[in-house]
Amino acid sequence: MSTQLAILPVVVPLLGAPLCILLRIPRLVGLFAIVVATLSFIASCLLLLAVQNAGGLLIYEMGGWPAPWGIEYRIDYLNAYLILLVSAMGAIILVPAQTSIRRELQENRHTYFYTAYLLCLTGLLGILSTGDAFNVFVFLEISSLSSYTLIALGSDRRALTAAYQYLIMGTIGATFIIIGVGLMYMMTGTLNMFDLFQRLPEVHNSRTVLSAVGFFIVGVCLKLALFPLHLWLPNAYAYAPSVATAFLAATSTKVAVYVLIRCMFSIFGIEFVDTVLPLQQIFIVLALAGIFAASISAIYQLNIKRLFAYSSVAQIGYMILGLAIGTELGITATMLHLFNHALMKAALFLAIGSVVYRIGSAQLNHYAGLGKKMPLTMAALVVGGLSLIGVPLTVGFVSKWYLVVALIDKGWWLVVVLVLISSLLAVIYVWRIIEWVYFVPPRIIVDEVREAPLSQLIPVWLLVGANIYFGLDTTLTVGVSEAAAAALFGMLP
Amino acid sequence: MMMSAEMMLIATMVLPMAAVVPIVAAHRYANLREAVSIVTALILIYLVVQLYGLTSAGVVVAVASAPLFAGLRLAFAIEPLGMLFSLVASILWLVTTIYAIGYMRGHHEQNQTRFYACFAVAIGSAMGIAYAGNLLTLFVFYEILTLSTYPLVTHAGTAEAKQGGRIYLGILLTTSILFLLAAIIGTWAVTDTLDFRPGGIFGANVTAAAILLPLYIFGIGKAAIMPFHRWLPAAMVAPTPVSALLHAVAVVKAGVFAVLKVSVYTFGIDLLAILPTTDFLLYLAAATVVLASLSAMRKDNLKARLAYSTVSQLSYITIGALLATSAGVVGGAMHIAMHAVGKITLFFCAGAIMVASHKTEISQMRGLGRRMPITMTAFFIGSLSIIGLPPCGGTWSKWYLMMGAIDTHHWVIMVVLMVSSLLNIAYLLPIPLHGFLSSDGTQSEKGIKEAPLPALLALSVTAVGCIVLFFFTQPLYELALSLLTAAGIDHG
Amino acid sequence: MNIIGHYNYWIVVILMMIGFYIVIAHGNLIKKLMGLSIFQTAVFFFYISIGKITGATAPILDPDFELYSNPLPHVLILTAIVVGIATTALGLALVIRIQEAYGSIEESEIQDQDTQDQMECQLEAYGYQKHSMMSVKTLDE
Repeated sequence: MSTQLAILPVVVPLLGAPLCILLRIPRLVGLFAIVVATLSFIASCLLLLAVQNAGGLLIYEMGGWPAPWGIEYRIDYLNAYLILLVSAMGAIILVPAQTSIRRELQENRHTYFYTAYLLCLTGLLGILSTGDAFNVFVFLEISSLSSYTLIALGSDRRALTAAYQYLIMGTIGATFIIIGVGLMYMMTGTLNMFDLFQRLPEVHNSRTVLSAVGFFIVGVCLKLALFPLHLWLPNAYAYAPSVATAFLAATSTKVAVYVLIRCMFSIFGIEFVDTVLPLQQIFIVLALAGIFAASISAIYQLNIKRLFAYSSVAQIGYMILGLAIGTELGITATMLHLFNHALMKAALFLAIGSVVYRIGSAQLNHYAGLGKKMPLTMAALVVGGLSLIGVPLTVGFVSKWYLVVALIDKGWWLVVVLVLISSLLAVIYVWRIIEWVYFVPPRIIVDEVREAPLSQLIPVWLLVGANIYFGLDTTLTVGVSEAAAAALFGMLP
Repeated sequence: MMMSAEMMLIATMVLPMAAVVPIVAAHRYANLREAVSIVTALILIYLVVQLYGLTSAGVVVAVASAPLFAGLRLAFAIEPLGMLFSLVASILWLVTTIYAIGYMRGHHEQNQTRFYACFAVAIGSAMGIAYAGNLLTLFVFYEILTLSTYPLVTHAGTAEAKQGGRIYLGILLTTSILFLLAAIIGTWAVTDTLDFRPGGIFGANVTAAAILLPLYIFGIGKAAIMPFHRWLPAAMVAPTPVSALLHAVAVVKAGVFAVLKVSVYTFGIDLLAILPTTDFLLYLAAATVVLASLSAMRKDNLKARLAYSTVSQLSYITIGALLATSAGVVGGAMHIAMHAVGKITLFFCAGAIMVASHKTEISQMRGLGRRMPITMTAFFIGSLSIIGLPPCGGTWSKWYLMMGAIDTHHWVIMVVLMVSSLLNIAYLLPIPLHGFLSSDGTQSEKGIKEAPLPALLALSVTAVGCIVLFFFTQPLYELALSLLTAAGIDHG
Repeated sequence: MNIIGHYNYWIVVILMMIGFYIVIAHGNLIKKLMGLSIFQTAVFFFYISIGKITGATAPILDPDFELYSNPLPHVLILTAIVVGIATTALGLALVIRIQEAYGSIEESEIQDQDTQDQMECQLEAYGYQKHSMMSVKTLDE
């Protein structure tokens, strides 16, 4: 059992997905999906412990074929930590999903929702676990195809165009990634990441490897919605079913950031990437441009899901900024923000989901007066928003602290100032919501609105609690982030 | 009570915040809700006084949490300056609560439960600021104080209140995130510690300290140094008890308290005296004193005039800190208490006038002394204390501030302090004088009509307090002296 | 190392650019998907051609032959083809749903309808905000 641990988090939802189709009865499927996701979560907890016991690296050979011929799963702190995060989010978001999709989806589509959801979870966990470059592409497409489906399930017709848009952009991105992988294979004859890392230096001078780096990174950046390749994201998040938005916002871009980190550190090696591409400069410029452009766009949004979608684009900017710093501190900041941002966005989008469940709308003007009608949900929204701003005692503050310390350590004072200014933009868009919620008198029809059901309140407040808990006790998050960053730099020759 | 000093220290913060629960639970029963507030205030005073007794007997009281991140902790430690601030805030909380009961009922305010709940959180965070043992803790509670007072400022819920709230939050959050947080993280990057230590933590790192000092002074927006003072007049849309306690005592004093604390324990006054940026900030504070006084003269709205007067008086304390001399620090510390008592009296009076006669503009208050003699007398006493005339407490703190200016040969500052006193006379004294001596021209309203009894009681107590502080100033002075000892400052 | 000798890459690049151009330039959603397929197919060709070794045969062990083509890229591309088919199928399904919802599969027409929806939402929101602010004011007075 314990030898198979590395693959369990991936295999469980993979097997669960077709079983969903067979079960057919929507309520049963929902419960089954929760069980599957929870099992996957338990497996990933055990996996993190196992990685700790194994001294930071766990290798699993798929089908007993030794690497580099067979597919190898390499689990270290970096991915064990993210597997834990993604599977936890996957499990917890399914709880409110039970009621939420009853409101947002037609009955006959519930089964498909859970199937696509579990497949998406499989894909994301697969990307995180695998140590094989081509396998990354396969899992990426599993997660992408299922997320297109999830988005298209949204009740607004704009969900369809959003999904289509995402499909086109996503496929181009994924195709770029296989071009990159193909070029690497051409030069080295291997697909195993660790093997690639060792063999690529021999052929570093070739133009082929250079274009491999280019294709791979551009492809991943499309997936992670780095400004200006983010155009697919706002609509996709805005019109997908609320729980799907919560799930995608909390996990999918994080996984893409992981792929970028892996690519830069564990495949090409950061020194090589830095010498061939002015990646540091490109990333700083794009990250800062993304932070400002997206935060300012967020201020003008009327659809609250779209608002937070733009805020996600901005937050991705912070993660890329940490990566651009290129020091151990910078990577630690990125890793921390990966985790913390997932907590914030999951809490926020689930809270919004509860509102959609009650009033059927995510338009900001329909939120007027909800502060009185749904006090607990709105309080969750406020705390999540404060965490996004980076108020002390929340996770957002910890992220910001580490990012700023990393920037100061590097001596980039101007960027420090810009980062701090940008968090004021977050104050503006969060406060716009607060003013609508608490200061604009309610519409007449809001009178019948009640507080969200417990099955939605509890997960929302669990996540809000996590936002505060991990803002106070950072042993897990900072500890693992530091270990992961150290391990990445430990690979350097 | 069988409580260790450490537990009492924690209780000072937890108790008011925990009181939110019964306050909210009792939202249907106004009397019960307000009883909870008063009982909490009484227990808080008891705790703070106990702690005062212990620390003045030489007991060291300090608590720290487990490390949060990067080895940083939430840490609390009692030192004389924090003791002084917590004494002032906790005693005046009780008085204000009594006043608020009269005011809120007399004014038929909405959402009173939210009011009392946020008030309690604000006091809890003020205690956190007072006892903060390092800069991180100070910052955490500073931000909680900002956020918890936002609902109080926007209490009325009108478009005007929303606008005021935007300015309030906008300036306070902007300065704290842009400057204060940057300064704190910068300090950490330079010195590897955020602790408060006697003599400061910068050592020989003069350049870094010179850059960080303005960040701190501007970052502590609650000290309302120009050009970041606009939030304070904007906050006057709040109900008067809020303006009284928070915008004359807890919030603004948290600001100047932080300025003093950072000057004394982070920079150390010896370092402060040689920093090239100190003089610039000192003159900026002096300019704030004069400009805010001039603005106050032009305001006809009583609360707006008091707000600008507060802006001016806060810079006295900033000046006291930046003079970087023992007399300046003593004056600054004493002025925290003196100004608090004086200004809260004035705000109480403003609120009482509003409740009893629905007047908010000064030009309408001619002859009001005959209808509200107690209120106007209290206003007169409060004004004297703010101006710094005997027999009121404000005399002593201004005395020490002057001494500080003379000690350091800052003649401009001395002149500014004197001119400002004259300006204080010009904008404060006419109000009670016109109240008693002029007539309002109409004979329609006769007889005495004072504010509700709890409000009247509260404002009388603080007015008497102004006078008591003149005659019994010794404990306060001793506290200020022990601050010097604790901070390792030489004071003959 | 001559230019003609790399003709397979030239074909790949030309096909890719054709596909990419169609995706960007065409407003018809089905044509976009066709472009996407051409784009992907170009990559399949690329993978298949790099596995080919001149004079080599299919990788079936036989004592008569010594030189075999590399089978791995071919196998990989089988997977990629499956993914490509799935993508196209999903894309076409989406286009059908879009046709049902909008009555059109032309990008510009769909966008027009979306903008109109957006405008209505905005009008409603700001109209409401103004209205409610006014009502608050009147209450005050």
